[in-house]
Amino acid sequence: MSTSRTLAETVPPVADLPESKKAENVTHLSRLWERSQTLIPTLTALVLLFGMLIYAEIAYGRVFHAGTMSSLLVSFAPTIILAVGMTIVIVSGGIDLSVGAVVAFSSVAGVMLMNIGVNGWLSMLLMIVFGAVFGLIAGVMIQYFNVQPFIATLAMMFLARGLASILSTTPVIAPEDSPILLLATDWKLIDGPKVNDFTITPGLLIAVLVVLGGLFFMHRTRMGRTVYAIGGNESSAQLMGLPVSRTRVWIYIVSGALSGLAAIVYTAEVGGKAQNVTGIGWELDAIAAVVIGGTLLTGGYGYILGSIVGVFVIAALRLIITKDGTINPEYLTIITGAVLLAFVLLQRVLTRRRSS
Amino acid sequence: MSRVKTAFRTPWFWAIIGIALLLLVNSIKNPAYLAISVNPTTGLLTGNVLDILRISAPIIMIALGMTFVIATEGIDLSVGSMMAVGGAVAMQTLSTLDSNSVGAMFTAIGLALLLAIVLGAINGILVAVVGLQPFISTLIMMLAARGIARVITDGQNTNATNEPFRQLANGQILGLPTSFVLAIAIVVLIALTMRRTALGLMIESIGINPKASRLAGIRPRPILIGVYVLSAALAAVGGLFSVSEVMTVSVGGTGNLMELDAILAVVIGGTSLAGGKFSILGSTIGALLIATLNKTVLFLGIPAAATPAFKALVIIALVLLQSERIRSFAFSRTKSSGTPTGPATPAATESTPVSKEVVA
Repeated sequence: MSTSRTLAETVPPVADLPESKKAENVTHLSRLWERSQTLIPTLTALVLLFGMLIYAEIAYGRVFHAGTMSSLLVSFAPTIILAVGMTIVIVSGGIDLSVGAVVAFSSVAGVMLMNIGVNGWLSMLLMIVFGAVFGLIAGVMIQYFNVQPFIATLAMMFLARGLASILSTTPVIAPEDSPILLLATDWKLIDGPKVNDFTITPGLLIAVLVVLGGLFFMHRTRMGRTVYAIGGNESSAQLMGLPVSRTRVWIYIVSGALSGLAAIVYTAEVGGKAQNVTGIGWELDAIAAVVIGGTLLTGGYGYILGSIVGVFVIAALRLIITKDGTINPEYLTIITGAVLLAFVLLQRVLTRRRSS
Repeated sequence: MSRVKTAFRTPWFWAIIGIALLLLVNSIKNPAYLAISVNPTTGLLTGNVLDILRISAPIIMIALGMTFVIATEGIDLSVGSMMAVGGAVAMQTLSTLDSNSVGAMFTAIGLALLLAIVLGAINGILVAVVGLQPFISTLIMMLAARGIARVITDGQNTNATNEPFRQLANGQILGLPTSFVLAIAIVVLIALTMRRTALGLMIESIGINPKASRLAGIRPRPILIGVYVLSAALAAVGGLFSVSEVMTVSVGGTGNLMELDAILAVVIGGTSLAGGKFSILGSTIGALLIATLNKTVLFLGIPAAATPAFKALVIIALVLLQSERIRSFAFSRTKSSGTPTGPATPAATESTPVSKEVVA
């Protein structure tokens, strides 16, 4: 560090030469281009989102409508929570395929605890703990036993789904006085005419808090920066003395705990009913949201806010398909898959250009 | 002595022990479990063992395809959905043709294979040409193929009648289920192609080091695409076997969660998830173990939906055994004590799931 500084001092200043000024300008521009390149997928997603919403408004109407918007937001609150966790995992270069199954296990286990008389708030806390335990096992397997992330979390997915089925294969319903139902209370923020109210639920508030917490974690804490470092280049992170092992295990614990939280919000939203088949395919929604939002699957780049845009894109897609009615719901998974593929390919083109 | 030692080191040897243990558990619960009798109405042999062989046929097919994909250091998560696609195409074709002829059966099989090959080629191109990670391209395909199966049957669980096709799973050749005999024939055919030509070696070399194998003159793209096409086609065959049992395709249920079965069978058979080597015999025996496990769980009265938990425990144990940390730990212990304790650890693995079932 010191040698480079003295070297720089010995070299005469060349800033006033016209050529060098131009070169500096070019590097400045290219750096700006390079920085904004990581934003291209996110910007594309934003354009797509508004395009879809405007199309839906023109074609079907009642889209920019407080009632529609708030119900869409409330129903996608669990997906938002999962997407935050998935962003952290994918930025670190991993993947978590277990989130949907963990939601199923946590909700069934939590509701059963409430039914046998465990305090409602305690059971909700335990639901988050259950999620965190699955995350802990996956994290330890990945970090200390060198298991590929998708294999470890696929195993967790099957374990959680199987355990949920051992607990109950029929829907279980939380007692009516259970505090979990409080999370689905409607708060009317704007009392519009007829059903056009902007209502939110405590569940949605939790999702917003998770997003804010995620932003703080990723951009304002040491561990958050370590997550980016691991995703960028693990051995460099290790050589820099960053706590790679500890951070990686925590990443999966956080993802598991957020799945537990999503289970709480979802169970509250559906009136305290928990099933062992809940959450099939949710991991794909979360991954799709993260990828559409511009996070690189190879890790190192990505923003939580981008993933939230991704969730909204998926939500808008669902909205159009349900509003339209003529689109066969069978096409839904194909369309989601195609959108996901398009964004993965876009990433591929951008990263290839950057590396070459 | 040395032969015994080699047997202990062979992964599929432990799979056979596992199968034997599971059958033993079943026989303890019901001493007549292994009995085979003649069904008076159809004149065919029936028995639990034959049932196991029949349900193993689709698993053998997807495990075989997965073996080569994993050997190239890839993964194919779309095999379960591909089974649904194969089954859906076959059922839809048969219900449209509505004839009982052998020709209709071959049309259905041909169309199913054709679509699977196209979808497998998309997987292969995404991995080999575009350069996407295998698990993400096949994850997208898993999503999309299930949707395609739904579109083919309009979201219905289509059923059809075609006697020759029904015989695939319900008929018998020399007392063995036809689908099992066909599956074994396909395994032998592919094993000969892989091991009597250089193809198998080329696949392994791509798994070990793609750059070095390219420098050695192996073009990875056609081989990679071929591997994914083969996996998809075999999965479709598995789907055909699976739907011919009941002559109905369940667009949500056929092949659902079978991806882990395939991965598990491959890992049990000794193919490393790190790529670079494969064992066709091992995967086949692994598939038989999975089929036995499926049947045992059902037989012991545990809900079928709970089987994934047991499979997850087995795969966790196996991947931990494959990891460096456990290996070096076992190795250093072997060195210090002076006696080969290698077999001790796998033995513990095989017995874990079994004892869990007994408890449950």
